[in-house]
Amino acid sequence: MSTLTEENYKSASVRRKRLRQLWIAFLLFPAVTILATFVFLPMISAIWYSVYEWDGLVRGDFVGLANFAEVLFNPQSNKFLFNAFFNNVKVFVTLMIVQNGLALALALLLAREPKGYRFYQVVFFLPVILSTVIIGFQWKLFLNPIFGLVNTFLRMVELDSWALPWLGLPETALGSMLIVNAWHWVGFPTLVFLAAIHRIPKDLIEAARLDGASEWNIARDIIWPLMAPAVTIIVVLTFIGSFNWFEIPYIMGGLEGSPAYSTDMLGLLFYRTAFGSVSAGNSDFGTGSALAVLIFIFIFTFSTIATRYLTSREVELS
Amino acid sequence: MSQKKSGDFGTWLMHIFLGFNALIMLYPIIMMALSSFKTNNEIFSAPFALPKSFNLDNFAVIWNETDVPRYFLNSTIVTGISVFVLLVIGTMAAYAVSRYKFRGNIMVSLFFLSGLMLPLRLAIIPLFIQLKALGLVDNLIGLICIYTAMSLPATVFIMTGFLRSLPSELEDSARMDGASELRIMVQIMVPLITPAMVIAGIYNAVPIWNDFFFPLIFIQSPESRTIAQGLTSFFGEYSVNYGVLYAGLTMAALPIMVIFIIQSKRFIAGMTAGAIK
Repeated sequence: MSTLTEENYKSASVRRKRLRQLWIAFLLFPAVTILATFVFLPMISAIWYSVYEWDGLVRGDFVGLANFAEVLFNPQSNKFLFNAFFNNVKVFVTLMIVQNGLALALALLLAREPKGYRFYQVVFFLPVILSTVIIGFQWKLFLNPIFGLVNTFLRMVELDSWALPWLGLPETALGSMLIVNAWHWVGFPTLVFLAAIHRIPKDLIEAARLDGASEWNIARDIIWPLMAPAVTIIVVLTFIGSFNWFEIPYIMGGLEGSPAYSTDMLGLLFYRTAFGSVSAGNSDFGTGSALAVLIFIFIFTFSTIATRYLTSREVELS
Repeated sequence: MSQKKSGDFGTWLMHIFLGFNALIMLYPIIMMALSSFKTNNEIFSAPFALPKSFNLDNFAVIWNETDVPRYFLNSTIVTGISVFVLLVIGTMAAYAVSRYKFRGNIMVSLFFLSGLMLPLRLAIIPLFIQLKALGLVDNLIGLICIYTAMSLPATVFIMTGFLRSLPSELEDSARMDGASELRIMVQIMVPLITPAMVIAGIYNAVPIWNDFFFPLIFIQSPESRTIAQGLTSFFGEYSVNYGVLYAGLTMAALPIMVIFIIQSKRFIAGMTAGAIK
């Protein structure tokens, strides 16, 4: 009698355990399936596709690394690659200085909670929530050489010689787009930095101030090292964003990086190679995939190295 | 004393700097909105002046003569369904990973975490072929699948963080009372994490609503375009009617700006959620 109940009990516990496993599987199944199908499978396929010849949507022969060689060493096309790559480098460096530098200054000031603190936060963040398409077209209208607000203003204050066709000159087009990008995004790093500064214990800063440390010294010796984790995240996000830069140059300069490829980016080049264009010829999924794999390896390698390096200089508050 | 003086000067400088920046951020948006009430003539002759009247002609053109209302509807459908689905299945997965011990737990967590680092844009070619085979090219369901999938890793990441912070006493006592696992999750745990779900929802909804890249590649027919993508074709059609163009931009910006101004705290918390530990 007693063994029977014990067996009952055992089988009930086994059944409960099975039920629990089934329940966990049920919870995980939809997310795992969708992520595997629409993210991991295409990412792996991209590598696979890059070693084949392609004719439109039809896969041809295995060609080994020929597509990679084509991308990197064909003098007809690799001049576009190097040009675009250096433009992306310019984007990263400029955004680090202009966008993130300004964000740091704004965050340090906002951290002192001046009058209108909430208002400033909302205003600085306002453009961040808008689509790049809206921002790009809006500034394209503002920068119109003849009736755009920017040049009308410059003529009003007698700076006629400054009223340039900003998006039409190879010397000024990329810079103009980067200022637009900084205007669009500066609120994001500002508020990330601000949140990091707010997490620094107040008495630490107060004590330094009582000891007679200057505001500059407090910012450099206390706030800056302690906000390092936020800096790591922003640098890495800026890096990834700069090398994936696509929307602003596409909308403001077009698919060919006008004028004269001065705003050409890896993202635009990839799009042209994969889906075809005037300069890149017909759609080519083979070289397109090879280019995508190269861009991915580059971004992945450098953001990993940067994360490692930047994390190593972070200090922990115990 | 001297310190106080320099502090005052510094405070002035700070307010000038912050105020100037606020002006630079706001002025272009105000100009965009004001220009949307102007005729072409006014835009050329008096670009900085207030509009002569707040007539809605430009908006009427958009409402009656373009597909922009349709684009709005499509964006609402795509964003709404994607965010709903990804919150449900993302929370389910995060719940499994954070509240149960099971073999392979770490593997599953790593699987979701590594998804954070994959830029799906670079896999656009295989994705295109795959969706073509499934008949999902030029189809809003295709977009919903992509957005749901690419937003899942961050959602699982955010939700896991919140779920881990909940104490296990509540769960344990309910379990002693014989409540089923489903009941514990839906009736006890989920109500506790709704604020986190709002944050994860905003974090994903804004970029999905604003996205332009995936529709550019996957949507061709005008009746399936989203608002961000639709603006590009609208700009081609009305390229010389500047008042209408400004009205289109203002209309596209307005709904999200209104929600942001009402809910700015939640928006800021939501959109920076991925970058703040």
